[in-house]
Amino acid sequence: MTSEHAVDHHDVDIDKHVRIYVTVFVALMALTIITVAISRLHLPVHIAVSIALLVALIKGSLVACYFMHLISEKKLIYAVLGLTAAFFAALLALPALTTSNGFWIH
Amino acid sequence: MEIPYTVEIRRDTGLTNGKIGIWLFLASEVMLFGALFASYILIRTGAPVWPRGDTILNVPLATFNTIVLISSSVTMVMAWASLKRNRFGTFRMYMGATILLGATFLVVKYFEYSHKFELGLFPSTSNFLALYFTLTGLHMLHVIGGMAVNAYFWGPGAKLWKTNPEWFTNRVEHSGLFWHFVDLVWIFLFPTLYLL
Repeated sequence: MTSEHAVDHHDVDIDKHVRIYVTVFVALMALTIITVAISRLHLPVHIAVSIALLVALIKGSLVACYFMHLISEKKLIYAVLGLTAAFFAALLALPALTTSNGFWIH
Repeated sequence: MEIPYTVEIRRDTGLTNGKIGIWLFLASEVMLFGALFASYILIRTGAPVWPRGDTILNVPLATFNTIVLISSSVTMVMAWASLKRNRFGTFRMYMGATILLGATFLVVKYFEYSHKFELGLFPSTSNFLALYFTLTGLHMLHVIGGMAVNAYFWGPGAKLWKTNPEWFTNRVEHSGLFWHFVDLVWIFLFPTLYLL
């Protein structure tokens, strides 16, 4: 019986992955500068929050997908993270629902 | 007795135990920081007035810290890639850089905090500052923890490379996942606290 070692497809063509890491790094730097520059415009709060969170989401996705290799992970990890995302959304939404002057209760 | 599935993949999960373990731990960390972010949202939206972050906090310094932490994420993944390429010396260089960048982040945070204290600004001063110190303080503790683990793999833990290089590579990958998570949290913390 042969034991199956951790055959990680990253073993194949690490050089290509290194080029991706450098590209992602440059993108993250650019997005950091963009997010600071946009904050200087002093946009209305709702627009500022939306843009800032959108940029943060893009940056976070790049880190998660490429540095954390999430883009090529196993289904079980996606299932764990999907469950986490659902509970995270509930964690954010529940306090707002239950307070008397929350978002959706007047 | 040997620890199972450190290198071999489990048939049922398709992963090594360490990989599934670290992701489960990160899931718990998402809930920890998520709870604090939820508190921030609730307290801020319920407040009659809320200061803009840049009126109290040092944005240029925090921007520098963001660049430092993102750079440390790159050096961390390069450290792992070096092991995959069988280049132990290059691994030590990149891991050393990751630790140094982490230390730089902490030094900057020290100057930020001490300046606030000099101005009489403490967690008890306002809700904004209470959230700022709590969120960034907890994040800073995670940076310290990550640095400790990375320092172990740079130093005494590196012995494992000689006896079981694949296991060592996996352990560095898992440590890297934690470090990238710490960077990810800061990516959201920075605009939330400093720019909005």
